[in-house]
Amino acid sequence: MNIIICENLSVAFSKTPVLKDLSFTVDEGDYLCIVGENGSGKSTLIKCLLGLIAPDTGHIVTEKSLFNHIGYLPQQTTIQKDFPATVFEVVLSGFLNDLNGRLFYTKAHKEKAKEMLSLFGISDIKNKSYRTLSGGQQQRVLLARAMCSTKRLLLLDEPEAGLDPLAVRDLYATLRKLNREHGITIIMVSHSLNEAVREANKVLHLGEDCSFFFGTSKEYEKSEFGKRFLGGQKND
Amino acid sequence: MTDIFNAFLSYSFLRNALIVGTLVSLCCALLGVSLVLKRYSMIGDGLSHVGFGAMSIALALNLAPLYVAIPVVIISAFLLLKINEKSRLFGDSAIALISTSSVAIGVMIVSMTKGMTTDISNYMFGSILVMTKADVILSIVLSLLVLVLFVLFYNRIFAITFDESFAKATGTNTNLFNSFIAILTAITIVLGMRMMGAMLISSLIIFPALSSLKVCKSFGAVIVLSAVISAISFICGLFMSFTLDSPTGATVVVSNLVVYLLFCLIAKIRKN
Repeated sequence: MNIIICENLSVAFSKTPVLKDLSFTVDEGDYLCIVGENGSGKSTLIKCLLGLIAPDTGHIVTEKSLFNHIGYLPQQTTIQKDFPATVFEVVLSGFLNDLNGRLFYTKAHKEKAKEMLSLFGISDIKNKSYRTLSGGQQQRVLLARAMCSTKRLLLLDEPEAGLDPLAVRDLYATLRKLNREHGITIIMVSHSLNEAVREANKVLHLGEDCSFFFGTSKEYEKSEFGKRFLGGQKND
Repeated sequence: MTDIFNAFLSYSFLRNALIVGTLVSLCCALLGVSLVLKRYSMIGDGLSHVGFGAMSIALALNLAPLYVAIPVVIISAFLLLKINEKSRLFGDSAIALISTSSVAIGVMIVSMTKGMTTDISNYMFGSILVMTKADVILSIVLSLLVLVLFVLFYNRIFAITFDESFAKATGTNTNLFNSFIAILTAITIVLGMRMMGAMLISSLIIFPALSSLKVCKSFGAVIVLSAVISAISFICGLFMSFTLDSPTGATVVVSNLVVYLLFCLIAKIRKN
């Protein structure tokens, strides 16, 4: 079942097209990987999906409830690196979209946040300060927070950035588990083509001059896009 | 000691200074944590300079300073926030430009109309004698309002300070909340700058936050400790300025500095 339908999406910034006639669909339980060079419009697409920018033409169709319940994992900022907040404070802030005019988090929110901590194996560092954690632990905390604001869809923006190889492998394993065992739909922007394509079942490749490829991972490997980029990486 | 204390409390202007100053210090401390963490502390400094310009104009035109300065500084707060968002690279230069221009215009206007009087020096470096009774009441009401609003929106302020893109993506109107913080900061700065001085008020925003950042590991703790540090530093500073007969604003800043250095030392010792 389609949960997101993106049709003929076009976005331009001061008359320079960033996305043009982009169409793709996301089904419940999909693991979609969005790849492409810098400046190919990945961040713009993410912003469209989050409803932060309205496309010039074309449209994105989703259920209304989905829009407000996307679990989003943005890129880490420099501000966060030395931010004084405990793991629990950060995870709990994932319920921000569930406050609905209330001023403070409820007991149920706190219980649910604790469940998320144990799901990601970070219960033991609940009261530790975020800034003292390793990159991999920080990413788990942000994932737990993202999972607080969603039951169905995770949107990740280059989650492997700045992680060491071991932490990256760990991250992929966690995402696989969320996707396969918990049925969470995942949309991930990624830089590491080979791993991402191996993990995902669908690939959206944004290329030069607003060209794009959308299809399953198997189709991607056989396509011109896939041959050029995956092949290129293997020779490195 | 009790004699000095009784003498201290027997002056009504000192009592007013104690009440208004403590409240403003609390406001500065709470907002300061968010501003410092978001790397917006220069905005606080910029606003106080704009406030100085506005107060000079009010003085020249014989208007009530607070009623002129509060709206002008709120508008500038919006402006500075926008500049900071739009041009990350030159944001700090733009703020410096606006603050020095405001001070320059303020000094020019005052020297052309009334000459460089003690009033100007008071606005620059603060004085606890300049507040009228109406000012005191307005300051108390507004600073209580700032405190209550901050506590009510604490969770949202935390989320926006920690991760603006996440907050935005989950449907929080971050622009609205940034403006909200800017307005609260503008009000707080105008209220505090008459006592602390335009040149010194931003220290109340920066010092308590930086001191508590040295030792705390949670956001909640940083907020509470900043408030405590700020209030204690202010009260000690005011008391010292009374006993040493030194300018209040400067003495409060020095008292904040001492606390900051103390916390640096504590953090160093803890590390070893």
